[in-house]
Amino acid sequence: MTPVGLQHYLVVSVLLFCLGLLGVLVRRNVLVIYMSLELMLNAANLALVAFSRFNNNLNGQIIVFFIITVAASEVAVGLALIVALYRRRHTTHVEDLTALKN
Amino acid sequence: MQACLFYLFAALTLLCGVLVIANPFTRNPVTSAMFLVLTIVSMAGLFVLLHAFFLAAVQILVYAGAVMVLFLFVIMLLDLKEEERRKIKAGAGLLGVAAAGSIALVMLAVIRRSGVGAGLAAPSVEGSTLELGKKLFTDYALPFELISLVLLVAMIGTVLLSKKDLK
Repeated sequence: MTPVGLQHYLVVSVLLFCLGLLGVLVRRNVLVIYMSLELMLNAANLALVAFSRFNNNLNGQIIVFFIITVAASEVAVGLALIVALYRRRHTTHVEDLTALKN
Repeated sequence: MQACLFYLFAALTLLCGVLVIANPFTRNPVTSAMFLVLTIVSMAGLFVLLHAFFLAAVQILVYAGAVMVLFLFVIMLLDLKEEERRKIKAGAGLLGVAAAGSIALVMLAVIRRSGVGAGLAAPSVEGSTLELGKKLFTDYALPFELISLVLLVAMIGTVLLSKKDLK
C-alpha cells in the first residue's frame, strides 16, 4: 500500500466538494441545499488542513479555525432567513420562490 | 495502519456525503442532517490523521454539536411533510451530475498532472492546542478580535430576522 500523501487528501476534498455542488444543483429543498453548502465548506477545510500538514505550516489550520467560526455564524443567519421565509410563504421549496421572476 | 484508517475515514466521509444529498430511501431532511453529522464526525477522524487534534475537537463540538443541532431544530420547527412528495426532474438531475462530475474531473486531473505534494519534506507540524493558541493570540490577534465582531453581527442579525413582524 502506498503511503498516504497530500494528493490522497486532496482527492477526497475534491470529491466531497463536488458532492456538495451536486446537492446545490439538484436538490430543491432550501434546507438540504444549505447542508450541501456546509459539505462544500468542509471540503475546503479538509484541503486546507492537508496543505498545512504536508507543508509544515500551521497557518492553514488557523484559517480553518476562522472558516469554522464564519460558517457557524452563516448557518445562524441563514436558518433565521429560512424561518422568516417559511413564516411568510409557507414553503422551503426553491421552485415556489419565484417572486422576483418577471 | 494509518493508511487503512485513512481509507476507512475517507470512504465513510464520501459515503455519508452521498447519502446527505441523495438518499435512495427517503427524502426527509432529518435523515440528510443525520448523515451530515456522520460526514462531519468521520472528517474529524481525517483531521486526527492529519495531526490537527484541536481542529478535530472543534469540528465535532461546533459542527456536529452546535450547527447540526440548530439545523435539526429548524427542520423540526418547520412542518415539511408535503415536501417529500415532490420529484426531482430527471433532466435536471442528469445535468447536475454532468456539471459536478466535469468539475470533479478537471480538478482531479489538475491534482494528478501538477504532482502537488511531491518533494515536500516529511510532515512534522503538530496541530497541538499550545502552538495553535500561541499563533492565534500573537500573529492573528487582530483577525481573532474581528471574528468576534462577526459573531456579534450574526447574533444581532438573527435576532432581528426572528422578529415576528419582520418588515
